[in-house]
Amino acid sequence: MADHATSSLPGDRGYLSEQGWRSWALTMDHKRIGVMYIWTTLGFFVVAGILALLLRLKLLVPGPALFSDHTYNVLFTMHGAMIIFLFIIPAIPSALGNFFIPLLIGCRDVAFPRLNLFSYWIFVAGILVTVGTLVAPMDTGWTFYTPYSTRTSAAVTSLSFGLFLIGMSSILTGLNFIVTIHTMRAPGMSWYRMPLFIWAMYATSVIQVLSTPVIGITFLLLAAERVFGIGIFDPAKGGDPLLFQHFFWFYSHPVVYVMILPAMGIVSEVVPVFARKPIFGYKAIAYSALAIAFIGFLVWGHHMFVSGMSTISGVIFSFLTFFVAVPTGIKIFNWIATLYKGSISFDSPMLYALSFIFLFIIGGLTGLFLGSLATDVHVHDTYFLVAHFHYTMMGGTVMGLFAGLHYWFPKMTGRMFNETWAKNAWWLVVAGFNITFFPMFILGMQGMPRRYAEYPAKYQPLNVVATVGSWFLALGVIIMFANFVRSLRNGEPAPDNPWRGLTLEWQTSSPPPEENFHEIPTVTDWPYGYGNRNEASRDH
Amino acid sequence: MTTNHDAHNGAPVSARLGIWAFLATELLLFGALFTAYAQFRITHAELFHQEHLKLNRMLGFLNTLVLLTSSLTIAVGIAAIRRGLQKVLKICLALTLALACGFLFIKYLEWSHDFHQGWFPRTNLFFGLYFMMTGLHGLHVIAGMALMVWLLIKAQRGAFSAEYSTPVEITGLYWHFVDIVWIYLFPLLYLIG
Amino acid sequence: MAAYKIYFVAWSTLLVLTAVTVAVSYLNLGLWNASVALAIASLKAGLVALYFMHLRHEIKLVLGFAVFPFLILGLILVGTLIDAIYRF
Repeated sequence: MADHATSSLPGDRGYLSEQGWRSWALTMDHKRIGVMYIWTTLGFFVVAGILALLLRLKLLVPGPALFSDHTYNVLFTMHGAMIIFLFIIPAIPSALGNFFIPLLIGCRDVAFPRLNLFSYWIFVAGILVTVGTLVAPMDTGWTFYTPYSTRTSAAVTSLSFGLFLIGMSSILTGLNFIVTIHTMRAPGMSWYRMPLFIWAMYATSVIQVLSTPVIGITFLLLAAERVFGIGIFDPAKGGDPLLFQHFFWFYSHPVVYVMILPAMGIVSEVVPVFARKPIFGYKAIAYSALAIAFIGFLVWGHHMFVSGMSTISGVIFSFLTFFVAVPTGIKIFNWIATLYKGSISFDSPMLYALSFIFLFIIGGLTGLFLGSLATDVHVHDTYFLVAHFHYTMMGGTVMGLFAGLHYWFPKMTGRMFNETWAKNAWWLVVAGFNITFFPMFILGMQGMPRRYAEYPAKYQPLNVVATVGSWFLALGVIIMFANFVRSLRNGEPAPDNPWRGLTLEWQTSSPPPEENFHEIPTVTDWPYGYGNRNEASRDH
Repeated sequence: MTTNHDAHNGAPVSARLGIWAFLATELLLFGALFTAYAQFRITHAELFHQEHLKLNRMLGFLNTLVLLTSSLTIAVGIAAIRRGLQKVLKICLALTLALACGFLFIKYLEWSHDFHQGWFPRTNLFFGLYFMMTGLHGLHVIAGMALMVWLLIKAQRGAFSAEYSTPVEITGLYWHFVDIVWIYLFPLLYLIG
Repeated sequence: MAAYKIYFVAWSTLLVLTAVTVAVSYLNLGLWNASVALAIASLKAGLVALYFMHLRHEIKLVLGFAVFPFLILGLILVGTLIDAIYRF
């Protein structure tokens, strides 16, 4: 089905034809906006990654080294805030989502292209304010808990403003996607014919629209607390610092599903393509995305078990937390069932997708330790937690992102990357990741608290292992990016459908023309009819 | 979605979905403030009762009437432009804008009285929330007024007709939402504290 | 003018309800004051939504967009208040 759709001449740069900064800065093309998001977010991935390497380097030795303890606090606040707000939340939804939602549902652009461009620029404005304040410096940790954040001399007020702007960008992007998915699907694309990435992005967008305003008002209240002294979060005035935590986590817990759901969507796309089998349990995967999004709104209190929250709330939130594991488990079982008896080819997108499944199982299951009240008292605020969320966020979301970047690189750029180097990089990334973060589970169980600049000498051996692992991880990421950058110019021209995928983006040229499709496709079947029988019938 | 447009509602489905999704975010923006209000009204019932008596109930009442009327004028304006009556739309938009100004003027009288009495956001939890909630609502009124001015300029150029009234329709929905927020703020702050 | 009649009816009902809620606030009904005020406010909000915002004639999808956020609002209210009530 791929070849007959090729209507562009070889060397045609498609949507990339137009040159000059205006053609980017003022573009309303969702693909170009997506590309700008990719560069921006990956830029902060690199910056925050370098900060993480510095932190690991300091933790090589138990005592004082390299920089002061205050600098350490500042650096990990920057690492956390940048990786969360400037990289991992927008990385897949705003970047790959922008580029691929219209392509996967077969339309020419998002519902509100002008709003889409506006979202990008307020994101940039928010970044400027946020980064300006973070280097000012900021020492609160990325959670900005009151009452410390209302009293520190750091510029929390302007930081609130910056994050408010970034939140607005997130809301408007989510809103745009929701309306796009509802109203702009290609003729014949019913809900059950949508690619699973679209289901995942729909669930993600709902969370973005409904949870982000709460953090917006929380930041406004925090700013008002500092400027006007309204006292809502100040116990000295009868206020309640725990209210800040409720509001903060009412956003920040659902938002971890903003990070992970799109990655799960990518895995759902990649696995059937490279296993050459129809996806197993399509509806179960689709509905489990919505279920995760909804249950995600019920469990925020599990971040507050040791904060002094009432016991009854702790019990309720702990109980509800375990329900998140059900739809997550459903997804993982369905991917594994898709792999079963498939004819699997281990190309780099598939390798990253499989690493996602493996690492996310570890990350997800250790989350249950933390979600249960009694064990949480033992491991909260230790390196166990750090290991857990890096297994879900880096082992999950970032692996999903890498899978997506490799899978869609040919479509986005019109070039193939070097597969050998991609595989070399993958070995280093996955091995380095595990060497870095697995020891942290053990350190946490042994009681090493997180966020401290110095630690007792007995924890040193495993810290050395972790630090050395971070170098392998960094080397792998460098090789991966170098491979991409080199391939942008020197890669072989990509065919329209290098992976023999059935979703609509593969039916247009690589890179796609400005309005995506020369002719809007009509959909007659779901996009997962891989394997001899179904595939043959679709390849008429 | 067979068609993106149906005759009964002036705006296409995508625009209506977009504005309702936006209003959903607004609902949760104010919703968190209402949550804070609810918590402190429960934990500080006595303080809230004493302090709310200090607010001028009659001015609040008057302001509610002003805002409700402005909802009427914009609704009539939308109904008019759906029939192609550009002149009625312009009158209605101007009336809505005038009423919004009136609302803000009364708000200004109240706030200056509060400040004169020495009641500030930092005075206590009730006034902290009162200024936060009415202030955020006031900002929404100002944003709405900016939209009205923009609509008036476009209407002056004859941009709207029975066939195309989307900006008026969705601004109307936003304006009614701002009205609904006030419908709750008024009893919570002025009547039952 | 007949077509606008419905708006004027809704508007006058809203004004009457506002007057009622202000009048009730001068009575001392104990805990009922808050309930009555909120019930009247919800009635008014419903009128605005149904008539001024045309939810009466809306398609189901838009109705869903209008109603679902209230569920999420309910979650944050209930979750936060349960903790506040049992903590203080």
